[in-house]
Amino acid sequence: MTEPSKEQDGKKTTLTTFNRVARYTLVRLITLFITVVIGVYLTVLIANMGGYVDEIRRGEIRETIQMRMLTDPTLRNLPADVRMKQMEEMIRLQEKYYGLDQPFVVRSVRFLKNALTLNLGRSLQLTSDSGSRQVRLILLERLPATLLLFGTADLVLFFLSLYLGLSLSRRYGSFWDKLTVALSPLSSAPGWFYGIFLIVLFAAVLKVLPFGGMVSIPPPDNPFLYALDLLYHMILPVMAITISSIFLSVYGNRTFFLIYSSEDYVEMAKAKGLKSRDVERRYILRPTLPTIITSFALLLIGLWTGAPIFETVFNWPGLGRTIYRAVGLFDTPVIVASTVIFAYLLAVTVFLLDFIYALVDPRVKVGGGQERAG
Amino acid sequence: MNSLSRTLRDLSQYPSAIVSLIIIVLMLVVSIGVVIAIPYKEAVRLWRGGELVWYQLPKTVPPAWTNYFRSRKLPDTIIVDTRQTPEIKSYEPSGDGRRIVIDIPIEYSYDEFPDELSLYFYTTQVTKPPFVAMRWEKPDGRDSRIADFSLQSTRQNYRFSQDPKLIQRLKGEEPQVALFAEPGSQPPVAVKGTYHLKIEILTFDADTDVDVEFLQYGKVYGLFGTDHLRRDLKVGLLWGLPVALLFGLAASLGTSILAMLIAAIGAWFGGWVDELIQRITEVNLVLPFLPILIMVGTFYSRSIFVILGVTILLSIFGGSIKSYRAIFLQVREMPYIEAARAYGASDGRIVVQYLIPRIIPLLVPALVTGIPSYVFLEASLAVLGLGDPVLPTWGKIIQDAEFNGALYKGMYYWVLEPSFLLMVTGLAFAVFGFSLDRIFNPRLRGI
Repeated sequence: MTEPSKEQDGKKTTLTTFNRVARYTLVRLITLFITVVIGVYLTVLIANMGGYVDEIRRGEIRETIQMRMLTDPTLRNLPADVRMKQMEEMIRLQEKYYGLDQPFVVRSVRFLKNALTLNLGRSLQLTSDSGSRQVRLILLERLPATLLLFGTADLVLFFLSLYLGLSLSRRYGSFWDKLTVALSPLSSAPGWFYGIFLIVLFAAVLKVLPFGGMVSIPPPDNPFLYALDLLYHMILPVMAITISSIFLSVYGNRTFFLIYSSEDYVEMAKAKGLKSRDVERRYILRPTLPTIITSFALLLIGLWTGAPIFETVFNWPGLGRTIYRAVGLFDTPVIVASTVIFAYLLAVTVFLLDFIYALVDPRVKVGGGQERAG
Repeated sequence: MNSLSRTLRDLSQYPSAIVSLIIIVLMLVVSIGVVIAIPYKEAVRLWRGGELVWYQLPKTVPPAWTNYFRSRKLPDTIIVDTRQTPEIKSYEPSGDGRRIVIDIPIEYSYDEFPDELSLYFYTTQVTKPPFVAMRWEKPDGRDSRIADFSLQSTRQNYRFSQDPKLIQRLKGEEPQVALFAEPGSQPPVAVKGTYHLKIEILTFDADTDVDVEFLQYGKVYGLFGTDHLRRDLKVGLLWGLPVALLFGLAASLGTSILAMLIAAIGAWFGGWVDELIQRITEVNLVLPFLPILIMVGTFYSRSIFVILGVTILLSIFGGSIKSYRAIFLQVREMPYIEAARAYGASDGRIVVQYLIPRIIPLLVPALVTGIPSYVFLEASLAVLGLGDPVLPTWGKIIQDAEFNGALYKGMYYWVLEPSFLLMVTGLAFAVFGFSLDRIFNPRLRGI
């Protein structure tokens, strides 16, 4: 009697586990999607100033058409009321072409639908370097610049600070440890701020590095020289990012690892006489993995927004500056597109992280109730 | 009170904390002093005054103290006004009117030449225009004629460099150079000593009076230098301090206290309240923080108070709410909370009296450490050109400098002064916050 019942129990557990995970996944997906929808709709509203941008554009259309009518010699001889009528007709057609004949509420819902289906559409003012008005192309064209600078710098810094943090946690109280702690407040200033100092020092006074930009003008033809030129232009920005972030992140990692290495099981492992490398890998790094993965994932998607100010100071043609220019030109499609992609990236990451936690940390159960709250 | 003195005693263990606290207190005192000495309206009037307020100062010159580090001393800006120093002016009767003799001594001990020399004449009447004759006396006693003309308006300006006759007399050389130079030296060498600008004014009735303001636009000025609109950077840099402190303190205080309150309410009441707060936090996470601030600045208002409000609004539902909530959830289960509930304490009482005090040790350091990020946020927005349209702020000065190519033209003081002040402010709060964190959270102290 005992045997089959046990088997049944096992089946039941797998079934309930599956049910739990499936239900959790569904609920999570729905809530995340609603979150994205609300976030994107809010952005649509803000980027259109609640419909006021439409008024601005109607005014622009009226003005350009009036100007065109006034300067067109073929229309000058027509009687005033005919001209008037023709002008109104042209304005109406132009507004219809841009969809301005519909009320903003309707348009905003359409914007939302287009954004959510990643139908990014065409920009109003901005063009890509190849002259295209496709928002997709505009953003894709800028992505490599941002990825090159921030991707390289952030990834290197991330692993470097993990490594340094771990090695500092091993010998806390040493000179280097104290130095890191003492320097960590430097990270309260953003990268562009150090950028200004570095530009003054290396570009203006010493004249050894460029003020900004991504390549020399004209850019070198030879691919090897081009790459060298890129590196040459990246020295100052990477230095600025490093100064503004490395000390605090090393300090944070070191403190974080210290807290974990004071756990009883670590003492136990050490007492057993395990090699310190094994202790670090299996007893310190392993339980901290979810946190490390989270910050790594957030770092990756954070790259998407670029850094408008940093890119402005260094004249770096990245995504951040494009967004900033788009705002200045009331180019709502570009702003909304950037937001919706960020929102999707974030939602997917948040969703996946829950499962990754369960994979790397056996203590975590997917959808395992409220114990894990926080 | 007791815990405060204990905190202070603990703080005295950290020299860095003492230094940063002294700097913070000093900054608070200075900013109160600035606001009293230059009231808001006066600051805006000065900063937005334009040429009428700042006509006396040269454009984009570094501070005067930079001369200590220069081998060739740059001329300072000299302002002599007969209304303030009446002793250099004397009267003699002459016919129907009188002769006003003004002798302006100019101490010149510089190696370079000034940017420009200029005179303003203030006449009480011009119906019978007074007549002006000016002579220039060099340190060795030689003198030469500058110009003769009559005053046609009650405020008349005479610029040395724009008088074609004077330039002709000086054989085509720029007056502000030739007047101070050794004759025939090439390149011109400045002769040091006391020069005299002698002005004789003939009036044609007895009660006409003329005052003269002499301006030597130097190549350095004051403690902080000037910008492209001839403004003394002192005003902007001093007023930037209270603005930066106000923005940083208000944003950090508002954000952390509201976030804590909301987290406490959510954790205590649970259910749909908590759920709603969690969802809002997630939506807020999706919204792009900086682009929204840029949009608000571009579309709606660049007023510092609007930006402050939006910053707080967007920061409340940030990451801190999640960590506060986690702690509140733990605290909620503690026996003393159960005891409070047993004696019939109300929800509000439990939240305010029992939950929130538990989080103060975490909140205070986070609050202080958060101040620099908001100070720099304001500066960042200003660097993008979204600074407050009327108030002077450090970020706006940096932006002015960047926009006018200060770095390319070697006007480093213009960028470095506000940056240095930002750095000091940011570091002081960051260092102080870090020390507070070590005191309030002793778990990290040994570490």
